[in-house]
Amino acid sequence: MSVILECNALSKRFGSTLALDNFSLRLERGKIVGLLGPNGSGKTTLIKIINGLLVPNAGGITIAGMAPGVETKRIVSYLPEKTYLPDWMKVSDTIRFFKDFYEDFDEKRAYDMLHRLNLDPSKRLKSLSKGTKEKVQLILVMSRRADLYCLDEPIGGVDPAARDYILNTIITNYDENATIIISTHLIADIENILDEAVFIKAGRLVLHAPVDEIHEKEGKSIDTLFREVFRC
Amino acid sequence: MMQWELNTEKPVYLQLVEQIQAKIIAGVYKPGDKLPSVRDLAAQAMVNPNTMQRAMTELERDGLVHTNRTAGRFITSDEELIRQLKEKYITEIVRDFLDKMKQLGLGRDDIISYLNKLTENSN
Repeated sequence: MSVILECNALSKRFGSTLALDNFSLRLERGKIVGLLGPNGSGKTTLIKIINGLLVPNAGGITIAGMAPGVETKRIVSYLPEKTYLPDWMKVSDTIRFFKDFYEDFDEKRAYDMLHRLNLDPSKRLKSLSKGTKEKVQLILVMSRRADLYCLDEPIGGVDPAARDYILNTIITNYDENATIIISTHLIADIENILDEAVFIKAGRLVLHAPVDEIHEKEGKSIDTLFREVFRC
Repeated sequence: MMQWELNTEKPVYLQLVEQIQAKIIAGVYKPGDKLPSVRDLAAQAMVNPNTMQRAMTELERDGLVHTNRTAGRFITSDEELIRQLKEKYITEIVRDFLDKMKQLGLGRDDIISYLNKLTENSN
């Protein structure tokens, strides 16, 4: 299987804090991967490095063999923690915006998903609830035919019904050559959709294993294991 | 439509196998029915498509489901096989139940009188 992401002894320092500490990870294509760790463990830092928004102090990183840059932005679809789309935009404006920006954006896919959500594309973002805005953003990100998707806390602030919609959107839209990284601390909600789990603690890799293997070896759910590893 | 109910006690693919078997027994899926795609089933059950694929492989191994390269995936048309599955499935549930009753010290007559009482009420 070909490798989509390779991190080699990454370190990132913010002042006196070591956000990533000698972090190495190798992900193959075709997987849904949970990047799991408590708040402040380095999840967002890692995702920002993958997206070229932060530069590591030490170590190397490649995406499909390339260092983060213009070429990797073409193949990485990123859902940041916070929304960045301006409120005055209509939903249809955001679609045009993404279509202009990304060659791999599938407009039809985006409109199909909006339609299933009964969302009127002529609505302005400022008239939408927080949950609906998050759904729109996820639709935009998942409508790209990317090789690597980085979803930073996609289910953080939404209700259970919206969470189901989001997980459904992820399952139905990824293709077998792409890998999806989902960062979250809400393990129980997503563990059934994961192929692999990555545990990150204080910037260090604690565990990277297939979810089935964890179930079989440890005889417990990922959520239970997480609570043990990260007990305060 | 029957709901999918998954817990974290058992491997997910095994739970999927059991629930698809239950749907076959209950007639939600009828002999010869075409199944939705793995991806659609995975989305319905909210599980990883690879996990659903693994459940399908198990069901295929037992002959309950078969794949036609061009047309898709189907429930077996072998009604005898489904009857056997039903018997095995129900026997297991009843055995579990009887074991629990035995642990509580109930004899056959006690159990039957409970069954009569409760089934009358539910009618």
